[in-house]
Formats: sequence, structure tokens, C-alpha cells
Amino acid sequence: MEVLGGDFCDMTPQELAAPVNTVADKWKLLPAFLKVKGLVKQHIDSFNYFINVEIKKIMKANEKITSDADPMWYLKYLNIYVGMPDVEESFNVTRPVSPHECRLRDMTYSAPITVDIEYTRGSQRIIRNALPIGRMPIMLRSSNCVLTGKTPMEFSKLNECPLDPGGYFIVKGQEKVILIQEQLSKNRIIVEQDRKGAVGASVTSSTHEKKSRTNMIVKQGRFYLRHNTLSEDAPIAIIFKGMGVESDQEIVQMIGTEEHVMASFAPSLEECQKAQIFTQTQALRYLGNKVRRQRMWGGPKKTKMEEARELLASLILTHVPVKEFNFRAKCIYLAVMVRRVILAQGDNKVDDRDYYGNKRLELAGQLLSLLFEDLFKKFNSELKKIADQIIPKQRAAQFDVVKHMRQDQITNGMVNAISTGNWSLKRFKMDRQGVTQVLSRLSFISALGMMTRISSQFEKTRKVSGPRSLQPSQWGMLCPSDTPEGEACGLVKNLALMTHITTDMEDGPIIKLAFNLGVEDVNLLCGEELSYPSVFLVFLNGNILGVIRDHHKLVNTFRLMRRAGFINEFVSISTNLTDRCVYISSDGGRLCRPYIIVKKGQPMVKSKHIEDLSQGYRTFEDFLHEGLVEYLDVNEENDCQISLYEHMINKDTTHLEIEPFTLLGVCAGLIPYPHHNQSPRNTYQCAMGKQAMGTIGYNQRNRIDTLMYLLAYPQRPMVKTKTIELIDFEKLPAGQNATVAVMSYSGYDIEDALVLNKASLDRGFGRCLVYKNTKCTLRRYTNQTFDKVMGPMLDAATRKPIWRHNILDADGICSPGERVENKQVLVNKSMPTVTQTPLEGSTQPGQPQYKDVPISYKGSTDSYIEKVMISSNAEDAFLIKILLRQTRRPEIGDKFSSRHGQKGVCGLIVPQEDMPFCDTGICPDIIMNPHGYPSRMTVGKLIELLAGKAGVLDGRFHYGTAFGGSKVKDVCEDLIRYGYNYQGKDYVTSGITGEPLEAYIYFGPVYYQKLKHMVLDKMHARARGPRAVLTRQPTEGRSRDGGLRLGEMERDCLIGYGASMLLLERLMISSDAFEVDVCGQCGLLGYSGWCHYCKSSCHVSSLRIPYACKLLFQELQSMNIIPRLKLSRYNE
Amino acid sequence: MAAPRTNVDEIRSRVILGEFGVRNVHTTEFPGNYPGYDDTWDMQKFQKNFRIDVVHLDESSMEFDMVGIDAAIANAFRRILLAEVPTMAIEKVFIYNNTSIVQDEVLAHRLGLIPIKADPRLFEYRNTVEESAEEEGSEIDTIQLQLKIKCSKNPRASKDSSDPRELYLNHMVYSKDIRWVPIGNQADVFADSSIGPVHDDILIAQLRPGQELDIIMHCVKGIGKDHAKFSPVATASYRLLPEITLLEPVEGEKKELWYAMCTSSHHHVAALIIIYFFAKVVNSRLDTCSREVLRHEDLKNVVKLGRVRDHFIFTVESTGILPPDVLVTEAIKVLMAKCQRFLSELDSAETV
Repeated sequence: MEVLGGDFCDMTPQELAAPVNTVADKWKLLPAFLKVKGLVKQHIDSFNYFINVEIKKIMKANEKITSDADPMWYLKYLNIYVGMPDVEESFNVTRPVSPHECRLRDMTYSAPITVDIEYTRGSQRIIRNALPIGRMPIMLRSSNCVLTGKTPMEFSKLNECPLDPGGYFIVKGQEKVILIQEQLSKNRIIVEQDRKGAVGASVTSSTHEKKSRTNMIVKQGRFYLRHNTLSEDAPIAIIFKGMGVESDQEIVQMIGTEEHVMASFAPSLEECQKAQIFTQTQALRYLGNKVRRQRMWGGPKKTKMEEARELLASLILTHVPVKEFNFRAKCIYLAVMVRRVILAQGDNKVDDRDYYGNKRLELAGQLLSLLFEDLFKKFNSELKKIADQIIPKQRAAQFDVVKHMRQDQITNGMVNAISTGNWSLKRFKMDRQGVTQVLSRLSFISALGMMTRISSQFEKTRKVSGPRSLQPSQWGMLCPSDTPEGEACGLVKNLALMTHITTDMEDGPIIKLAFNLGVEDVNLLCGEELSYPSVFLVFLNGNILGVIRDHHKLVNTFRLMRRAGFINEFVSISTNLTDRCVYISSDGGRLCRPYIIVKKGQPMVKSKHIEDLSQGYRTFEDFLHEGLVEYLDVNEENDCQISLYEHMINKDTTHLEIEPFTLLGVCAGLIPYPHHNQSPRNTYQCAMGKQAMGTIGYNQRNRIDTLMYLLAYPQRPMVKTKTIELIDFEKLPAGQNATVAVMSYSGYDIEDALVLNKASLDRGFGRCLVYKNTKCTLRRYTNQTFDKVMGPMLDAATRKPIWRHNILDADGICSPGERVENKQVLVNKSMPTVTQTPLEGSTQPGQPQYKDVPISYKGSTDSYIEKVMISSNAEDAFLIKILLRQTRRPEIGDKFSSRHGQKGVCGLIVPQEDMPFCDTGICPDIIMNPHGYPSRMTVGKLIELLAGKAGVLDGRFHYGTAFGGSKVKDVCEDLIRYGYNYQGKDYVTSGITGEPLEAYIYFGPVYYQKLKHMVLDKMHARARGPRAVLTRQPTEGRSRDGGLRLGEMERDCLIGYGASMLLLERLMISSDAFEVDVCGQCGLLGYSGWCHYCKSSCHVSSLRIPYACKLLFQELQSMNIIPRLKLSRYNE
Repeated sequence: MAAPRTNVDEIRSRVILGEFGVRNVHTTEFPGNYPGYDDTWDMQKFQKNFRIDVVHLDESSMEFDMVGIDAAIANAFRRILLAEVPTMAIEKVFIYNNTSIVQDEVLAHRLGLIPIKADPRLFEYRNTVEESAEEEGSEIDTIQLQLKIKCSKNPRASKDSSDPRELYLNHMVYSKDIRWVPIGNQADVFADSSIGPVHDDILIAQLRPGQELDIIMHCVKGIGKDHAKFSPVATASYRLLPEITLLEPVEGEKKELWYAMCTSSHHHVAALIIIYFFAKVVNSRLDTCSREVLRHEDLKNVVKLGRVRDHFIFTVESTGILPPDVLVTEAIKVLMAKCQRFLSELDSAETV
């Protein structure tokens, strides 16, 4: 407070009372921010950090390989690099490759990893440079990607969209995203309550080498340490003694000398006393007996005591460094844990697991570095194994390790992990599935939304609400709207617009700075100082650094230094007054976002700064360096007073929000007036915006995707938001502005169905293009045979190609522009009948035999051939890709949605003359039923219509930005000015009767999205068709032309109704009726009127039963159960 | 001010615009519906009352008043104009080459929507039965058009130019590039009227050097019911004549209020003018029925907004194929033909 007082004392009362000026265009900081830290910058930053810094650290940590066979032999890595992406054209000939080429040719966009090594060959010491050891898939737009620093012109030369965010990988031609993984923070003490209400503390330690979890629990008032290497819980006092703190006084001093603290710790000391353990040796012996036997790989045998000491040093609280068994730091850490638990017991101040300051996000770089380290270690151990095997054998040539360095292990390891999404690391017992996902390219938004997605490690099946619910600390960091419905609700989250995720930083300079600012090293203290009321503990990334007397000064100076740019802007410092600690964090994976700094009640950013920014004199970095803006992470946010608007600034305010709408993410940012909608509606729209058709990217016509939906005439929305501008949605839109009349019409609009205007459809509304691809490879086989493509087969009489081959060119591949019908051949491929190398003896036939394996088109509607690509893939096989196109006009049953979670299917298409029209002669494109409003409460949609209408009349776009946007009042003024009713309700005449409607109709443009669900892809019916082989029942599913199931409930209805013959018909006759011959004597099944059991035909009668029933009897017989049928005449 | 009307008169002849809804929307003039009114249809009475005043007419649009007719008949004209007056439009597109980025179907769709200037009255409907003979079209039912264009680099473009207009030739395909290919004796028959797109500046596609379009199109006669491209109008609609009745003199403060309201709008919220002391309705035709008056608590009760039930102000915007006045007469002819047909059906039904 004194510091703040100092700020204000030199101001006059007038100055203090003056209102805070609003900086008009401070939102302009946003595009500037996004320019430097784009939406996917976190992925790219983390990957860059990995391939430029982390990989070198990994190499350093595993730099030397020695062999047991020859002590003189060694291999040492000197350096490691990741190159630029290239492709091996032929042996040792490489050429740079573009991402788009990889997409088309089903290759991996990867770069070689090369190392410089020093090793011995015989007695020679050799240095080899730039040896490849494998290939690293390269993230698009990362520092090693060919796209970095290119202009839009160069992008188009590379067939790449300049608006594409990058941040994903291309593996085997597929675009893969490594999702952001959310985890509990590592190396932090978390005090929590277990189910019985007992308070305990736990720490998940993690270093490069080891991961371990240490728990502290309280049983009957005594403290125990629980660790999975200890077979039972160890009393805490014994641990202390084992670490060399033998005197009880010292232990208590470290924990705290307050009355109640001592009182609650006393039983633990007592227990130690009872166990007769007084010295370190005794304690270690005690612990040694409790250690779980571990596998020993070589090395000298250790005694139990040594083992126990090793355990204390390296396995318990791994992250606290212990050098030469100096346990001082670890003891203090343990003491702090005990103290936390004791203090928490009193008034139940347990930590919140779901608090976002306790979470860390793992990004592509971190995940890949884990994987790479694992593979690199495996690679090295393999080399060592080879060295151990080969060196003892005397050979003519000396052992040269370079010849044994195989590249495929690392390459395949990386490629497989990314393409399957299975991250399994033996070292950390980590086995995660679904880490990567295929980048969804339904629309630009779906791709962008995927890049900001965060998946939680929490199990989806557990029914707890805590981790799923919105945490106050997620404010501004995660989008409150964008989460899926259903099982993953609240577990899959999305980043907000301005969130940045930190990467790891060097902590050396920070430690030095902290000590210079008056932090006293823990190792120099007796221990009692920790609990002094005037002293604050200082933590750096979970480790205790020391104590500080004047924490205000430390924190303030630290922040000043950061604002001055002496330390990294992402280092955070925050005080925790309840725990009386100062936390400094420089670790990676923290969420942070920029804020405007407020000093003396005035925001530092002034209009002139913004002016400079818009004129390009200043960048966002300048704002950071000049101390106008700074990043705050979740913990530091908690330590600040942040005001939302200028007028809310008071004397305590430290920061000012840049723009409130940035608390929403990318998908929610598309919604106009989201602050007027009921919250779940925004969530629904977030899910639906990803299914909307539109445009994918500037390179959409060059792509050959398995499925691509495009809109023929996409439009910019009439009502836009700031977010829409920032993410370039206007350049790649997904929807059309439809004139909507909110009224009831014809009854075909119940249950959210829409009525569409036929003339609008004729003119291109909702018209979409569906692209699908067909792939085909031509292989070469081991017996020197290969696949062939044959020309079209000619009809003998007419000398014209047969119908199936009608669209084939002379080369046997369909030609672009042709129309294909169901079952026509696209590629007339034939395959050799024999593909294996024949055995030695058999004679090789002169001409190999071929069989036809044509690639034919399957689909209920015709398609056109857009393009044909002939290339080769990574395995050198010919690759033929055919892109097929369909143009679809909306029909009854197609799904549409506005941007407010209001989806509906088309229920009726009405000719224009039947549509109602207003005085100016305008007909609606869509009629929507007003019942869609009251229960959904999507007021935002109503305002969107109003703003859209005013915008149309005025010839400009209105803004519907969250917590801002064009005011309804102004919009209404516009409407009045143009002679319309201020409520947006028009006098409308019915097109059918020609008389006016009794009600005024809410009428105007609303942005509508066409969703990917179309009847054409879903409609299905069958009378007769294929049956399953085993049961002879109709097949299941549309893709197999399956039957429509009369299920249990339907069956129950028929039983209840008593329609027995209908049941018989549905369940047997139309399904799997089967004639069987049954012997009336033995009750078994016979055949051809003959009972094989009775060897007679006299009692055999024929009856119809379901085939499944017959199958059951036979299956039962096969397991020694005889089902016998008892037959009797129905008239007896 | 209009002469005072009785209540029944008002119900019969006026649609009332209330604050929350429209009243008296339906025609009630059925014979015997009101005592004292003779509503039997009478030719003489109709002839006396019915009139058409053309307010505005140019080559692309027209406005006319149709007074003294039932909504059903007026609406029939509107519907026929939209959907049943035939025009010629591109129906079949034979794409010999299309290397542009526009997909064949989209290109065909775009071409179809281009209005083609050709008098549909001089053509016949194509026989749909012989669909198998696809390409065949005769001089009496088909117009053949051709679009053949290739984009190339402009050899005379300056080196450092980045403007596509300068760099390339033919990079924008406009409707003016569509050429008419006469079939049979069409060249002689239509010698004086040039057949082709109505507008020259409709952008069809954009090309880049090396891309080309080679397309033959067949225009046939059709009606808007089948596809909107055959509709001869951009839109055709009507509104009822607005009527503003002041129930008491509007003076002083209320007048000022009204004046402010009128001047705040570009358009005429209420077509009033203020003369000296009180407000007066000058031209209620200009009212857009925004009901702005009803928002003011003071003015709400001094005014009655209504519309004359049988006074239809028609607006017909032609696509340019035929002048709007011709379209209206055509529409009337269509209705007459329908009536004729109906009558003859009735006749034949009676004989059975």
C-alpha cells in the first residue's frame, strides 16, 4: 500500500478526480498481437523451441555411448540439427519439397535430423559431420518450414493458402494436429482432501530423467510419506532422520515453532521415538527394509542402506536437486509440505485442483521432445548393443559405427506416433491414445478451431463435475462457450483469442536476479526462519529458492525489471498471502495473456501509441518493451487488480483489459451479439460453425481431399464481429446472407424446419459442391511383375467402348470433365495373378497372367471428374488420384443453421409467387417459424436481423462484436431513416391470397450456414438386398444397403397389439425364413426328407423356422447340447 | 381530409394498420354480406370503378395503379408476371472445353441466369417428349449462342505491371462475349432485332493465360414456374395505397413532433406537410407504412393509418427482355387464355 500511496501523493486532487480517458481504438492492439503471436503461435513456438533448443539439450544429456566390450571405443555427439524439409528423389539425391506436394503425393513433410559425431575406429579418432540419423516431421510455418517468411505471392507459387494457420504436420499425406494436452502442474505442492476428509499433500515431480509422485498423508494425527517405491507408508520423522536431520528440535524448527503446529507434529516425533530410531543410519536401515525391490541392471551391488539413501536422493521429490547427498534443500521442501498440511488442517484451506494456475498445457514441441528422447535413447542403446556384439569379433575391417546407424528407427517412430496418435513411452510409463487428430478441413473455421483445442487427460467416463465446469480462473484464457456437448463436455476446451502458452526458459539468470534482490538461500538458513511471520518463501518453478523479508520490494522490482525487458516477458511472479510465498515461474505450458499496464489510475497506452501502431511506427513488441503492455499468467492475474473498462479504474487498479471480447475463442467469435444469447446457444453454434460449408482456403481447388464441401457462392456476413475480421473469416466465409421472414407458413415449418424460396435456390442460394477422391496405386511385386492399367474394352459389334468403360481415355484412366454413373470404371487396373516369387523348381511362365481389379465409382448420384493426378508416392509406386465432383442444390431435408445455434432442416420449397412479399416487393429466401425464439432466447439473432437490415439499407456492414457492436438504438434509427418500422416488422402481403397478413412480420437478412448433413448422403431404403453370410439376415447399415430393423420396442408394440401374423412376417418371412426337415421321432434336424439319426424318413416333416434358429441348434449341438424339437399336428 | 365514412364502409374498403397488427385484411364484399349493400358483381359497376393509371414507365420498370379490383385478381397478375409469362433462357449448355477454374455446373448455372434478349412470342415451346434427341433444336424453338474465348498474355503490357487488366487479354469473360449463331432462317427473320444477352457487363468467369472456354448454348422458351431464370421480371409486386386520416387537427407541440419525425427520415414516414398552424396530409402515396407515428404517445390517437383495399400500386421491374408494359399485357393475355380454357372445360363438362 505504501508503494501505491507513493504513486498518488504527487498528484493534485483535480488530477485524481479527472475521469480516465478511454483510448478509442485500443482493440487495434489485437491485430498487432495476432501478427506476432498468431492463433497457432503456441504450437509453432513450442515446435521451434524443440527443434532449435530442446533437441540439443536432449543430445547433450545422451551425448556419449561407450561399449562394455572395448573401453577405448566411444561415440560422442557433438551437435545435432534439424534441416529443411526435402524428399529423396533417388538414392542420395534430394530436393526441397513443398507441403502441398506432400499432401498430394501422400508423403511425410519431414526434414533430416543430422548429427556431428566424434568416435573411434580402431585407434583412430574420427570426426564426422552432418550424418543423418532419421527424419523429423516438420510443423508447417515453423522455423524450418519452407513457408516461413514467404510473401503471399510466394505462397501461391507453392500452392499454399496464405491464410492457412499452419501448426500442423503432414504425415503420409494426411494433415495431423497434435492437440494441446492439459495436465496438472508438475513440481508443485498440492494440498487436498481425500474422500474421508483427511488432508494430505502431493507432489508430482518431473525431471528429464525421472517422474515420480510423492504423497504426504495423515493417519491418526501422524504424518507419513507415501511413495510407490516404498512398500508401506514411512513415518515422516524417520525420513527426516534418514536425510540427516537427526535432532528433533531441528525438524520442528523447520516445520514451524508456533504452538499449534508443534502440537500437531508432536505425535509424529513420538512415533519415531517409539520405533527407536535416533540416527541417520538407523533410519536408513529402517527404510532399506521397506524399499520395494527393483530390477538391477548391472552395476555394483548395493546394500539396503545405500539403496535407501539412493531412494531418498533420487526418487522421492525428484525435482529437488540433491548433490553428493546434501539433503538440506529436500528436507526443507519436505518440512514445507508438512507445514502446509498442518496449516490446511486447521481451516481447510486446501488447493483447488481445477484452478487453472495449477495446470500446464503440453504442446506439440514438448510431446515430440519426449518421443524423440525416447527414440534417441533407443537408437543409442541399439548402437551400443551392436558395438558390444561386433567389437569382440575379429574382422578384416575395423568396426565403423557409422555403417550401423540406421535411419528408419527414429523416422518410423516419429511418423507412426503422429499418424496413429499413440504416444507410448516406456520410460515414463506413458501410454496415451488420441494425442493427434486429423485436421478437419470442413471449413476454415473448423481447421482453425482445431488448432486451439485443448484436450484434458481426465477420463471421459467419470461423472464428476469439477473438472468439467467452468473455472473462474479460466477467464480470458479459455473460451467459455466453445466446448462439445456430451461426454467430452468441459474436458475439451478451446483457447481464447489472446491466450499465449509459454515455452521453457533458462532459469539461471532469474535465480541470480532473485538472490541479488535480497532472497536468502535456503541452504544457508537454520530452518526456523521459514516460519517467521515477517518472512516470505520464494519458489522458482516449484523449487524453494530461499526466503525474503520484503516481498513487496522483490515483487515490484522484479516486475519493473520485466517491464524494462531485462528478463523475459513470460516470467511471472506472484505473491500468495495465505501461504506467505512468492512464486516465480518460468516454466513452459503456462497460459498467459497481455494486459495494458495502469499506473496512477491512468492506462499507460495512450491514443498516440495506438495512432503510431495503426501507422506502423510501433509493433506489439514495442508496447511490451516500453512497459505499456505486459503478459500475465493465471497466477499473476490473481495478484493484480484488472479493470474491464477505463471507467472502472480506481486507485488500486494495476491493469486494464485490452478488449473484453477476447475472452471468447475463435468459434464463439463468429457469433454476432453473443452476449444477448442464452449461453448454451453459443455453445451449440461453436459446434455447428465447424460443420458449415463454405471455403477452405485459397488453395482449395488444388487440394485432393477425401471429402471436401464448398459453397458455390459464399458471402461475407452482413453483421460481422471484430473477431471475424481478425481471423479473416471474411476472406474465407462459410454461409450466405438470407432474407428471413419470421412467420408461420404452411405447417411444413414445425420443429424448426425452414421453408425455402424456390427462386432463391434457382438463383444459387445454398448451392454447394461436394468433392470426393478415389485413390489407386500401381505396385511392383517381388517376382518382377507389376500392376497395369488397360485401355477400355471395346464392344465386339460396334467397336465402341462398353458402357462400363465409357469414360475411360485410351490410357485406361477416366478423363476430366466426364460424368460417371454408378458402377462405371474409373481406372481399369489389372493385377498379376501371381505376385510371389515362384519356388526354385517351378518353371516361370513366359507371360504373367492378369486379373481385372477395376476401380469403379459407387454412388447413388452421378459425379463429374474434376481432375486426375498421376504421381508416385514415397514407396515409388505409381499413385493415381481422381477427384470427383457433385453440385448439389438444397432439397427438402438439407440442414441449415444461423449463427445462434438455431439449426433446422428444409421442410418445404415454395415457388416465389407463393411467398409473402413486403411493400418493396422483397420476398424472403427463408421462412422461419417464430416458435424457435421464446424457448431458445436467442435475442442475438433478432438483433442480427435488425442490424443486417439497417446495414443493407445503408450499404455498410454492422458490427455484432461481443460486449459491444452496433447499438440497437442506432440501428433502429437507421431503419426509420429509410422508411422502415423501427422494430424491423414489415407490412407483408400473402403471395397466395394477395391480401395483407394480419400480423407485421419480422423481416430481414440473417447469415445462414449450410451444414454438411444432406439428405442425399443419408437417404436409404430397401426392399430386397444383400444378406449376411452367417445368419442369412439382411445386412446392417446404409453403406451395405442394409435392411431397416424392426427393433425390440417396435416388436413389443406389435405384440401388445396382437398382430401375430405381421410379427411372423417381419421377423421371419421377410428376414431369414428357412425350410428345415425335422424328424418327429428324435426331434433333430435332417435334410432332404431323411433323418440321419433315425435312418428313416417316416417321421420327417418340413417346417419353416428362422435361419438363425437353425444356426443356434447346430451351435448348441457342437457343444454337446442336443436341442430337440417336439412336433405335433396343429389340429390334434 | 377524407369524407367521414361509416364503420361498415371502412371495413369494406380500408385495411387498417394498427400498432400491433393489421385489421380488416380480408375482402368481405360478398353478395348479401352486409345489409343495405349490393355486392353482386356487375359489369357496368366494374367498368365504372375500374381504372388503370400508369404512373411511371421506362424501358426497365413501370409503376401503375390498378383501382377497383379484387385482391385475388390483382394477385393473379402478379403471380403470372413472376411465373407464367414465358421468356427465352439458356437451357442447354454444351461445354466443349472449359479450362477455367469455374466448375462446369456452376458455369452452366451462371449462363442460365443471363437474360437473353429475344422476343419469346416469336418462338415456340420445345417439345419435351422427344428429349432423347437432345442436341436437335429447330429454328422455331431454339436460339443457339456461342461463347468461345481464350485468355492470353498481353504482349504490350509494361513489365512491372501487376494489374491483371493490363497483364492479360480476355481475362474477364462478360456476357458481351456471347455470340448468336442463327439456325435456319433465323438470320433473316430476326435481322432487325439483334439476339443476345440483354446486358453486356455481366461477369461470367475470370480466366488466366492459357485458359479457355468453348461453349455452345441452346436457349429455349420456358416459364418462371419451371426455373427462376425464365421469369421475365426482376420482381413484380404491388402495395395498397396508403391513407392517413387525421382525426383531429394537429397543432402546436404535436405538430412540431410530427415535423421532426418527418424530417428525420430520408423517406416519407408520413407524407405530411406542415402548413402554418396545423398538419395536413399532402400525398399519402409516399408513406412507406413504417408506422412511426404510432410510436409517439401523443400522436397515436390523432391519426388513423389505413390502406385502400382495392387500390393496387403495381411495380414491375423487367429483366430487360421485354418492356414492362408489354409484360403486363402478356400477363393479362395469359390470364385470359386460362379463363378461356376454363370456360371451354366448363362447356365440355356441361355437355357430358
